[in-house]
Amino acid sequence: MRNMFAEALYREATANPNIYVVVADISPVGNMAKFSSEYPERFINVGVAEQSMIGICAGLALKGCQPFAYTIATFSLYRPFEMVRDDLCYQNLPVTVVGMGAGVIYSDHGGTHHTMEDIAIAGAIPNMQIVAPCDPAEVAEATHWCARQKNGPVYLRLGKSGEPDLTKDGEPWVFGKLRCLRRGSDVCILTYGVISKMAFELADRFAADGKSVSIFSCHTMKPLDRDGIIAALQHHDHLIVIEEHVPQGGLAAQTKQLAWDVQARCRIDTFTLQDRFIHNFGRYPDMLSAHGLSVAAIAQRVGLG
Amino acid sequence: MTRPDNNFDTQLARGRCRRYRRRILDISQQVPALHIGSAYSCTEIVDCFYHGLMRRDADGSSPDTFLMSKGHGCMIQYVILEENGLLSRADLDGYCTPEGQLGVHPDYGTPGIAAATGSLGHGLSMACGMALAERSRKDPGIIYAVLSDGEVQEGSTWEAVLMSSSLRLDNIVAAVDNNDLQSLGRTSVTHHSFYPLVDKFQAFGWEVAEVDGHDPAAIFDAVVNRRGGRPFMLVAKTTKGKGVSYMENVPIWHYRSPNPDEYRRAIDELETAP
Repeated sequence: MRNMFAEALYREATANPNIYVVVADISPVGNMAKFSSEYPERFINVGVAEQSMIGICAGLALKGCQPFAYTIATFSLYRPFEMVRDDLCYQNLPVTVVGMGAGVIYSDHGGTHHTMEDIAIAGAIPNMQIVAPCDPAEVAEATHWCARQKNGPVYLRLGKSGEPDLTKDGEPWVFGKLRCLRRGSDVCILTYGVISKMAFELADRFAADGKSVSIFSCHTMKPLDRDGIIAALQHHDHLIVIEEHVPQGGLAAQTKQLAWDVQARCRIDTFTLQDRFIHNFGRYPDMLSAHGLSVAAIAQRVGLG
Repeated sequence: MTRPDNNFDTQLARGRCRRYRRRILDISQQVPALHIGSAYSCTEIVDCFYHGLMRRDADGSSPDTFLMSKGHGCMIQYVILEENGLLSRADLDGYCTPEGQLGVHPDYGTPGIAAATGSLGHGLSMACGMALAERSRKDPGIIYAVLSDGEVQEGSTWEAVLMSSSLRLDNIVAAVDNNDLQSLGRTSVTHHSFYPLVDKFQAFGWEVAEVDGHDPAAIFDAVVNRRGGRPFMLVAKTTKGKGVSYMENVPIWHYRSPNPDEYRRAIDELETAP
């Protein structure tokens, strides 16, 4: 994902001299290195100084530029939180805060590098928009959109590397709209971000059980596609949310709230990270499993044996 | 575009500053509290930036930017913007009222206000980003920023100090309103190891001058005579509440309005001052 982000951003920056990238001491991978060598005046490394990363982006945007702040998600959103809130959101500036390696992708780095609550935190701030692509192709779509939009600030939640392509048969990507990646009629899986891969594996298990499954990428987490989610609730007997985020303030909580609002009659199961930190180490799937997020565990919980 | 280089009339500046203090006193009678001491502390600095240093086009606009990083001092900016026609008398009369557009801290979107401030330690990073954007233009604008000395305790301010000089942003002219007074006392006592300030900024690669922050000529000369090539910091030694004896260096006047008797005494002092 980060390579695709860098490539898409490089393409946008080539065409638009107002695009700046402000990074906080993160090694430039892929085309980010090309960006920094070709446009050194628009590639700023603040060092380990994330508050100034956000403030500088705000200053650039106040002068009409279209800046991207880029570092590991915990450091791009949590560390400079008040700058994100006051400088970007309160002033409603078109700055993209890129959270790379969000969720628990930095698995063995420990809890200081996990971003488990970012959707709730970013989503609570007025004016903030949230985009969380599920594969590299969605990253490209989202990055192009972020580089051109003037609505206000965006939190762009990215994975890291090696994510599979999930969307080649999907509908066109439209900001603010659920994106159907697979159409079925019995079960609907709502998901977003890197963990979306799990939805496809689960859908195959349902298929083996004779059930057809819809999969939607909820890539825009704010503003949430309320109408799209309500339609999904009404058109399926069983709705499943899979998300790499704590239970509060994410897709699971908001879907259940909408289901209550419209008195939805379908069965709803939600699978999220839990409301506790992870202190064990291992690979990325080990982190998810520690909170019950594996295809096997979910399959068992939804009665697939 | 004009800038009265080497032609800053300090007599006129003193007259303006007296007028501004008087206007702020009048507004203080409309509201239970306002940051009067903080505004009086940086009156001469802000006046000099606006009327001595910032260039002005024929239509009154400026290629330069003023940023009140110490947002709580914004009463002085409001009264200058009123005099310059960007804000109206009705705007100032509506200060902190539901119908008005001016609050205790400057809000982005208000005419003449470059950024929303009020939370301390945000202004210099935004100034740094603005200066960076200006640098790509043919005739880069200069960013004039005013910081409080309390604000210099914020780590984020030092991140911006480091970046501004690392990026060699010589189109930043900042001032620290060094009035040495915070809620809990003299800053030079509570944080004595922080002083002197001049060599701290110099150590981070800034050009620095220290002046009497109530001396218009000294402020103007220090800025116009800077060598350039790097960001410039004016360490302005000031008195909180300057101009009204009972307010000077008394912490309660950080945020309080005078009662009618105090108001009259303040007016008398301002009008009889040399």
